[in-house]
Amino acid sequence: MMSILKDAWIIASKDLSNEIKTKQTIGMMVIFSSLVVLIFSFAFDPTNNMVKAVIPGLVWLITVFSGILGLNRSFLSEHENDALTGLRSAPIDPSSIYLGKVLANFLLVTAVQLVSIPVLFLLFDYRFFGKISWFFLVVVIGTLGFIIVGTFLAALSANAKNSEMLLPVLLLPLLSPLMIAAVQATRIVLENETIGDAVSWLRLMSAYDLLFLAACFFLFEFIMEGS
Amino acid sequence: MKKTSGMIDRLLFYTLVPSFFIALYLIFIWSPVEKVMGETQKIFYFHVGSAWVAFLAFGVVGYYSVRVLIKPRIQHHINAGISAEIGVLFTTITLITGMIWGKSSWNTWWTWEPRLATTLILWFIYVAYLFVRKMDGSNEKIARLSAVFGIVGVINVPIVFMAIRWWNTKLHPVVFGEGKNQSGGGIEPDMLVALLFSVFTITLLYIFLMRKGIEIEKMRHIVKKAKSKAIEKLAG
Repeated sequence: MMSILKDAWIIASKDLSNEIKTKQTIGMMVIFSSLVVLIFSFAFDPTNNMVKAVIPGLVWLITVFSGILGLNRSFLSEHENDALTGLRSAPIDPSSIYLGKVLANFLLVTAVQLVSIPVLFLLFDYRFFGKISWFFLVVVIGTLGFIIVGTFLAALSANAKNSEMLLPVLLLPLLSPLMIAAVQATRIVLENETIGDAVSWLRLMSAYDLLFLAACFFLFEFIMEGS
Repeated sequence: MKKTSGMIDRLLFYTLVPSFFIALYLIFIWSPVEKVMGETQKIFYFHVGSAWVAFLAFGVVGYYSVRVLIKPRIQHHINAGISAEIGVLFTTITLITGMIWGKSSWNTWWTWEPRLATTLILWFIYVAYLFVRKMDGSNEKIARLSAVFGIVGVINVPIVFMAIRWWNTKLHPVVFGEGKNQSGGGIEPDMLVALLFSVFTITLLYIFLMRKGIEIEKMRHIVKKAKSKAIEKLAG
């Protein structure tokens, strides 16, 4: 078990150092999510009062949209120079590849969120009243679930020629329960309603995270097997 | 082997056709007309039957997906695929009949009621599943990948249902069986007979379509093999 975690960390740090050097994906993701915010501010007039109602949804829309860009890259980039075969033939458990990718993608998307969510609040002139620690908790658990399922399906769809198109089609229906829970929990936290209501949503999200982490962890080797 | 399977097919066909007529008779002539909703209530019999078959079909997909991963055999892969195709068909029928029903009894085409929304998301998951099956690559690889996706999809369905249920009831988790019976609590015994019979008939239809679909898919595989063999011969 420890060796799986160690290998996962090595793979994650490889991806991250690669990303720090080129800054290609993360730059694109930040710019794209800011653009989504911009387009939405045209669609929903920010001076209007209804903005308050769409903010929780927007937080997750920009996360998912920009996240899908990153997820697409995470396995496609391994196809260059046939690096995937190298990973596959390395003397490590296939699950550690999965965990490493999850870790790398999670840190990547979190980094994007650190920029894009403040930009969202700024451009929509949103006053934050809720407790920031709860907001962080909701965002982290929701993002984790998104990455857990997303990384798995990115690995699956990387086998197809049209993987960029396939990934959202596979991912979004599977994400729907998580998104319902995440948007509701975010709304409750942001509007500073009773935290107790948010806790039951958080529980649903955690259950989703754990269930899919377990399922994907065990099923991942079937994706990596053979050619 | 071949002979018995053909006999089963014929037997199925000859029970299917008369039971369809009996079902239609039971639904449209024999069973009483509902007082409030009138004739639209007749859609109920088809709706429940196809919804049941839709969920059954996806259960079958999950079952064969697990079998594929345990022991990769082309037979399981074909079964799962055909079941998914029929499942998508019946889910579509369920959604459309449900919408017509909703329009006439709730005066809206769509509400975000847990069962409706779950069925819609189910539809999307299994259309995605069919996309995975259409990927290019070797048979074994596609069998493995689609099986993996099928399992993840089946896991997702109950979570979707719970999530939407909570969402709609405004955060008061419901315990099972809240008894939201649209026909107003309970059902006329005559209607129940018609309902059960139509569910039985539609299940029979599912089994029949399944067998035919599997047969056709197998033929397709044989033709494909023969084709590549012929090409090899010509080239070599």
